[in-house]
Amino acid sequence: MALQPLDITARSATTTPSPSARQGFEVAKLIDISKCIGCKACQVACMEWNDLRDEVGFNHGVYDNPMDLTDQSWTVMRFSEVEPNGHLEWLIRKDGCMHCADPGCLKACPAPGAIVKYGNGIVDFNQEHCIGCGYCITGCPFNIPRIAQKDGKAYKCTLCSDRVAVGLEPACVKTCPTGAITYGAKDDMVQHAAIRVRDLNERGFAKAGLYDPPGVGGTHVMYVLQHADQPGLYANLPADPQIDPLVSVWKGITKPLAIAAFAAVSLAGLFHYITKGPNEVSKETEKEVE
Amino acid sequence: MQRDPRDLVRYTPSERLNHWIVGISFILLGLSGLALFHPAFWPFTLLFGGGTWTRIIHPYLGVLMALAYMVMLIRFTRLNLMTAADWQWLKRIREMVDGDDHNMPEQGKYNGGQKILFWLLFWCMLLLILSGIPLWRAWFSFPVEWVRLAAVIHSGSAAVMIGLIMVHVYAAIWTKGTIRAMWYGTVTRAWAKQHHRAWYKEATKEG
Repeated sequence: MALQPLDITARSATTTPSPSARQGFEVAKLIDISKCIGCKACQVACMEWNDLRDEVGFNHGVYDNPMDLTDQSWTVMRFSEVEPNGHLEWLIRKDGCMHCADPGCLKACPAPGAIVKYGNGIVDFNQEHCIGCGYCITGCPFNIPRIAQKDGKAYKCTLCSDRVAVGLEPACVKTCPTGAITYGAKDDMVQHAAIRVRDLNERGFAKAGLYDPPGVGGTHVMYVLQHADQPGLYANLPADPQIDPLVSVWKGITKPLAIAAFAAVSLAGLFHYITKGPNEVSKETEKEVE
Repeated sequence: MQRDPRDLVRYTPSERLNHWIVGISFILLGLSGLALFHPAFWPFTLLFGGGTWTRIIHPYLGVLMALAYMVMLIRFTRLNLMTAADWQWLKRIREMVDGDDHNMPEQGKYNGGQKILFWLLFWCMLLLILSGIPLWRAWFSFPVEWVRLAAVIHSGSAAVMIGLIMVHVYAAIWTKGTIRAMWYGTVTRAWAKQHHRAWYKEATKEG
């Protein structure tokens, strides 16, 4: 996977265009849920490569372990027992950052350069610029970023941007024993998914499909779902994720509107003063109170 | 300026202190809040020791302002209740803005405009305090839908409040002889008679 663009094409809290003259290809990770056996090797590989060690927790009587994403667990398996067609299915979804083409975290982040998007589509957090406000959590439609107790910084899956940059595949992809996780150019992954979907169709999953939600401009982590018509079956995977309208208002129209209002009030004050003059106590009143 | 023993006391030292605590915390909150609101204001973080310090300090300043404001609210609410004369005054605010206040209805310690500002600031302050809580992730954890709504309310009401305070400050600059009331508490008799005649009558009767 050499020669992919590593220019930073989008940068948090930056109002001018980022370098985007070079046009390369986008990468993607494809997670085929129908092939996942829930072994959690990807969780282990993620910890290994990224030097993370989550707290040893408790067994909650379910397979999910740890129970949620944390600053130390950038990916977790989510196990769902469902009966979509009257018979039991065990759906196991590898949860983690989806690397949206239109990232809500990046849009919400107030710290310049704390969140960047590379030309290859990877969304990365630069913790040294992170101020720990948690706006990325507020902006994310997938509930992914987590703030560490230790340093107050936000963390999430990097799609192994450090490995990818030197032509390696992400650690989870490298380790997956069933080939449920594949990685490559996004176009290739979409094609590969189409083959997988056709196979699943033939095996009785008429509604199988690719999860590459257009509401966030598509993602650079995609799923092959047996039941693409019901993403909610997969531990509440959102059916039509998008940046929440409230976040768009907060990070959109409010900003220029507020600045325009401040400018208008300041100028109105100045022009009022220079046209009407100060409101002074009249000489008559001054004489009256003598 | 030579201070005249006949000057009228408008604010006690404790009221002035109260107002300045609210005022200073508001300015610091405005600067740090704007830094987190729009990249154009990001350089303001340098005043607070960087982005992370700005994020840490802002909510504590908010608590300080909220507490000081509550004291101020208790002190000044009764004086800011709207009366029929205030609505009369507001109806003719154009004349006031034009600088011609000769025929304006007689005003007490606060005129209709000041009172309206008082209540607008009250609502902004209430919204800011309430919406600030879900945004304070160091201490609170609310559902993300609440946090999103709080973010819109917090930034919106803050923007309105900054605008209102600009008007407040401008009114004090425009009306000569006003700012001294916040420095050392007194105004001249002529100032009181011209701008707050009912209050002037009351204050001079007692004195």
